[in-house]
Amino acid sequence: MNILSIKDLHATVDGKEILKGINLEMGAGEVHAIMGPNGSGKSTLSYVLSGRDGYEVTKGEVLYKGENLMKMLPEERAQAGVFLAFQYPVEIPGVPTVTFLKQAMNSVRKARGEKELDAFEFKKIMDARLKELSIVNDMVRRALNTGFSGGEKKRMEVLQMAMLEPSLAILDETDSGLDIDALKTVADGVNALRAEDRSMLVITHYQRLLDYIVPDHVHVLSAGRIILSGDKSLALELEEKGYADIVAAAA
Amino acid sequence: MAAVLETIETVGEATDKYKHGFVTEIEMDRAPKGLSEDTVRFISAKKNEPEWLLEWRLEAYRHWLTMTEPMWARVGYPPIDYQDSYYYAAPKSDADRPKSLDEVDPALLDTYAKLGIPLKEQEVLAGVRNVAIDAVFDSVSVATTFKDRLEKDGIIFCAISEAIQNHPELVKKYMGSVVPTSDNFYAALNSAVFTDGSFCYIPKGVRCPMELSTYFRINAAETGQFERTLIVADEGSYVSYLEGCTAPQRDENQLHAAVVELIAMDDAEIKYSTVQNWYPGDEDGKGGIYNFVTKRGICEKRAKISWTQVETGSAITWKYPSCILKGDDSVGEFYSVAITNNRQQADTGTKMLHIGKNTRSRIIAKGISAGKSQSTYRGQVRMNAMAHGARNYTQCDSLLIGDECGAHTVPYIESKNQSARVEHEATTSKVSDDQLFYCRQRGIPEEEALTLIVNGFCREVLQELPMEFAVEAQKLVGISLEGSVG
Repeated sequence: MNILSIKDLHATVDGKEILKGINLEMGAGEVHAIMGPNGSGKSTLSYVLSGRDGYEVTKGEVLYKGENLMKMLPEERAQAGVFLAFQYPVEIPGVPTVTFLKQAMNSVRKARGEKELDAFEFKKIMDARLKELSIVNDMVRRALNTGFSGGEKKRMEVLQMAMLEPSLAILDETDSGLDIDALKTVADGVNALRAEDRSMLVITHYQRLLDYIVPDHVHVLSAGRIILSGDKSLALELEEKGYADIVAAAA
Repeated sequence: MAAVLETIETVGEATDKYKHGFVTEIEMDRAPKGLSEDTVRFISAKKNEPEWLLEWRLEAYRHWLTMTEPMWARVGYPPIDYQDSYYYAAPKSDADRPKSLDEVDPALLDTYAKLGIPLKEQEVLAGVRNVAIDAVFDSVSVATTFKDRLEKDGIIFCAISEAIQNHPELVKKYMGSVVPTSDNFYAALNSAVFTDGSFCYIPKGVRCPMELSTYFRINAAETGQFERTLIVADEGSYVSYLEGCTAPQRDENQLHAAVVELIAMDDAEIKYSTVQNWYPGDEDGKGGIYNFVTKRGICEKRAKISWTQVETGSAITWKYPSCILKGDDSVGEFYSVAITNNRQQADTGTKMLHIGKNTRSRIIAKGISAGKSQSTYRGQVRMNAMAHGARNYTQCDSLLIGDECGAHTVPYIESKNQSARVEHEATTSKVSDDQLFYCRQRGIPEEEALTLIVNGFCREVLQELPMEFAVEAQKLVGISLEGSVG
């Protein structure tokens, strides 16, 4: 059974149709890249999958591990193992990152019928992840994302992914706003999390992220539909020719 | 009666909104309904008070008759009929007042257990909490714990009615010295009919070894509660004091008009924390406590008074804990979280009156409005002519949840000294859908997410609370906001 199965997905935002029939199958452990020009529906797809209010599915279905994902609340999807690394991580002033992480982890554990972690157990896990990702302790003591640089925010997303251990991670334009050094650091973190039981949907505008996070499959999204699919060489082709040519050729 | 009690409790649990909405069935001793000189005399006689105190009460009462209810606050409620309330209600067993905790009515001890107050010292000694507690039930102080331990340091901590009997010189000297009987309508009313409260005296140079705490509970129906608290910290002493309040769930409104006076002598420090959780009324604004409170402290040289309040309950809150910074180099602080939900109304803030040189004050006020509630910060900072080098910093932040509530900030700033500095910052924000979605995407359910965000917003204030109570206060934030999202 595929981890994610999207069939003829249509979705609207404010009554305007943005997704116009998406089909996508993702197997366990696979990394798929979705590329496309601005306005093609990339971010809409990530929000529809994670259940944000205001994104209405009008047709089609999405199965996650065989379950109807669209029927679940956003928190239920997260608890079931769907993780969205945000393009613009949100600042929550006054809430220490460590408090947030602990509550998130325990909410997920509780929903899965696992024992909640106490402060010591939690710290042990967090410290191990911080070390693996070379993140300094200081960052988790600060208020969540508040005053973080662009690079720090994205690293925080990777840390959260490492701690919540999702089965499906959606990375929404993780490369946006990062300089090349920060991009490498974040990509290293993501690569370290690649696993047989973890699928990743990497959404990006530019090919350069895919130099570091090498996908198994590449899909081109245009005007709410996947118009072309291929292997990693498709990304390079896109880089060379630009979206306009590819879109025109596929149409 | 037990069946009735059980029903009320079950209903309370089913609605799961206000956790303290139970009633304790105890035989009550009451003054006749209404307010007159006779009522005042009745109360004074019940308390076996000295003549001077009766006169003091009567003078306050006569003055009260000439006063009108203040209407300047941004709160609205139907006129209060002051004759339609009981001014004295005491558990009947008070006639032969309990001499030790063993003699306290078990129903009462039960009530306190429900409230999570470990009255029994054994429990406290067993490490539940290192806090001395004075518990006031309706009009009467029921029991004070840890008295013996405190007496070793010369600390007096008892019911004010007891202090009147045993330490009349201290009470006579200080009561009314910070909040005069004629101060305002509610303070005058309180002075006339106050029934009990807590008294605390910390001798020179003594650092009080534990938190002192008073729990107030209104139980009887149609009863007003008028407690009076007086804390005197002698030179160079330190005390941290916490009060908590709860009341049963009732359809009618109940009046609570307390007076708290703090006296911090040279180099003394008083930290006064309040967790106010009176019954706020139901979703449609039916019932709830009218909380009209006067709290004020005076600082002598280099003294410090710090007020911290977490106001989540009451249908109406009218409350401005203040500092008179009389002594040079004295410090006043006010940290406040006021949460209103449904149809609650809060008009709260502080007054910092800078009189001495180089006096400093700091105000951090956080208002959270949800449902159809209205929350107002009202604060005064006054720099007198002699307050050379005085400084104030004020920060008022309002957080709105939903689009039917309101937040208002009304600062009054007055400076008569060129060298004094006053800073005021204010912000208003909304809990954003982005923040809620972000938390939910990490697996945190919506209501918990809201609690987390609001606690973050209040953090600066909550961390001022004594450790034992900070956790409770955080939970209270969540309970107060139940039903405000989704």
